[in-house]
Amino acid sequence: MMMRLLWLVFCVLAPISGLAEEVVLGLSHDKVAITTSFDGSEILIFGAVKREEPIPTDAPLQVVITVAGPSEPITVRRKSKRFGIWVNTDAVEVDHAPSFYAVATTDELGKTLRYIEDLRYKITIDRAIRSVGAPATVSNAASFTEAVIRIRRNAGLYQQLEGQVVLDQQTLFRTAIQMPADLTEGEYATRIFLTRNGQVISQYETSIEVHKVGLERWLFSLSRDQPLVYGLMSLAIAIAAGWAASSAFRLMRG
Amino acid sequence: MQIYLPVAEVSVNIFLVLGLGGLVGILSGMFGVGGGFIMTPLLFFIGIPPAVAVATGANQIVASSISGVLAHFRKKTVDLKMGTVLLIGGLAGAALGMVVFNYLKSVGQVDLLVNLCYVVFLGIIGALMLVESLNAIRKIRKTGGTMPFVRRQRTWVHILPFKMRFRTSGLYISVIPPLGVGVLVGVLAAIMGVGGGFIMVPAMIYILGMPTKVVIGTSLYQIIFVTAFTTLLHATTNFTVDVVLALLLLIGGVIGAQLGTQIGLRMKAEQLRILLALMVLAVCGKLALDLLLQPRELYSLASAAGA
Repeated sequence: MMMRLLWLVFCVLAPISGLAEEVVLGLSHDKVAITTSFDGSEILIFGAVKREEPIPTDAPLQVVITVAGPSEPITVRRKSKRFGIWVNTDAVEVDHAPSFYAVATTDELGKTLRYIEDLRYKITIDRAIRSVGAPATVSNAASFTEAVIRIRRNAGLYQQLEGQVVLDQQTLFRTAIQMPADLTEGEYATRIFLTRNGQVISQYETSIEVHKVGLERWLFSLSRDQPLVYGLMSLAIAIAAGWAASSAFRLMRG
Repeated sequence: MQIYLPVAEVSVNIFLVLGLGGLVGILSGMFGVGGGFIMTPLLFFIGIPPAVAVATGANQIVASSISGVLAHFRKKTVDLKMGTVLLIGGLAGAALGMVVFNYLKSVGQVDLLVNLCYVVFLGIIGALMLVESLNAIRKIRKTGGTMPFVRRQRTWVHILPFKMRFRTSGLYISVIPPLGVGVLVGVLAAIMGVGGGFIMVPAMIYILGMPTKVVIGTSLYQIIFVTAFTTLLHATTNFTVDVVLALLLLIGGVIGAQLGTQIGLRMKAEQLRILLALMVLAVCGKLALDLLLQPRELYSLASAAGA
């Protein structure tokens, strides 16, 4: 398994707001390159909490980290039995669903975040997906959104990592997020929230770029931008290979 | 060792794909079939998206057919005139198949269509082959090794208008049946990602009455152009040809085909046909079960960007 580490390192920045506690970090490595041998990647995120005042003692500090892949509308189809075989019958369009979503927290989500804060910042997986609503002919429309979450969770694309953020001395935090091999290209929005009593007291946003590189990039762009050239190239390779195989084995047989 | 396929956007084990190409190559060498009808379902099983499997399968068949047809050209066992008539039908059929394929893709039924085509055609061909080769074995046991000669009869094929002379095949028949066979094979090539040899070869022998020695060469000649055309159509309209996957399958296939030819030479023709028939029925059975049994996941996701 290819390990690619993304270090979010702590660096000292001048305070830009009057918040008592805030996340300060810098990225030394903010790209994931999909190469020919790409087989997923592990991202290590760590940073620190900067504060001007003593640590408040009323409630423990909690950290929530989210990584979201680019969103695109998807069509969810449901099979049912027609004429003895299983056929796609109903379809619902979910107009906003991230291709990848991981949410990591220091404790159970219920304890870390209030419902109202979740609605406001769209932190949990359920909130990250938005559906306009199904046509009236489709029964049990909510099950389609649940299906998106279930299928993508099973594929490792949606991850709920409760208690996976380690927080030392209420200051240093770190977590590791596994990204599977079938990643969509684009900007992966990374958000870090600090909460106390379930209230968000500070947030920080950055992004990780996921891109195909080298041969992968070249072939993919060619197949989209110049499909005719790409198709002819595929054919040329096939023709050359077929001819080469024929001649090679004729030579071998003498 | 994993390799990331740029168009399929999945990561697969390189040796698994090479092995798959090799396995299909062995089969095609042993039985003299293109192997597309086994290749495409196997690609589904290892997790290649169906649309990519179909398009890439077509590209891979171009290579294996060229390799085969060159040998037949040297032996002068290609009926170019008949091949061209079949080809005209084939190109029309491929274009038609593509329209059907893209329409069903937009309404989310493409997987069903591909699976149904496979179940129906593999079922029919497998059952026919099994019955025929079992009968052949029984006859050989009875008569002590000599096959009875079947006289070619005048059928409905000979009554139709627009007759044409095909010298290499020694036929004087209407162009309508070859055109029809061509269209059918073209549609199948576009929808199933197969060359269609397994449909065309029996059709050429039993419907058109062509001599067996020119059948394989002529069908390969026609398949090259139809699958090349299908590859281009898939590449330009669906962007689903994965050249890296095709290349891996091709390398495995070329080596496997040579091995398969050697194995095939050491086995009896009837045994070979029974084996092929059983394998075809096994693939058909697996796909049929997928349609008949309740799937574990009733929901499926597809990008809505194109729709």
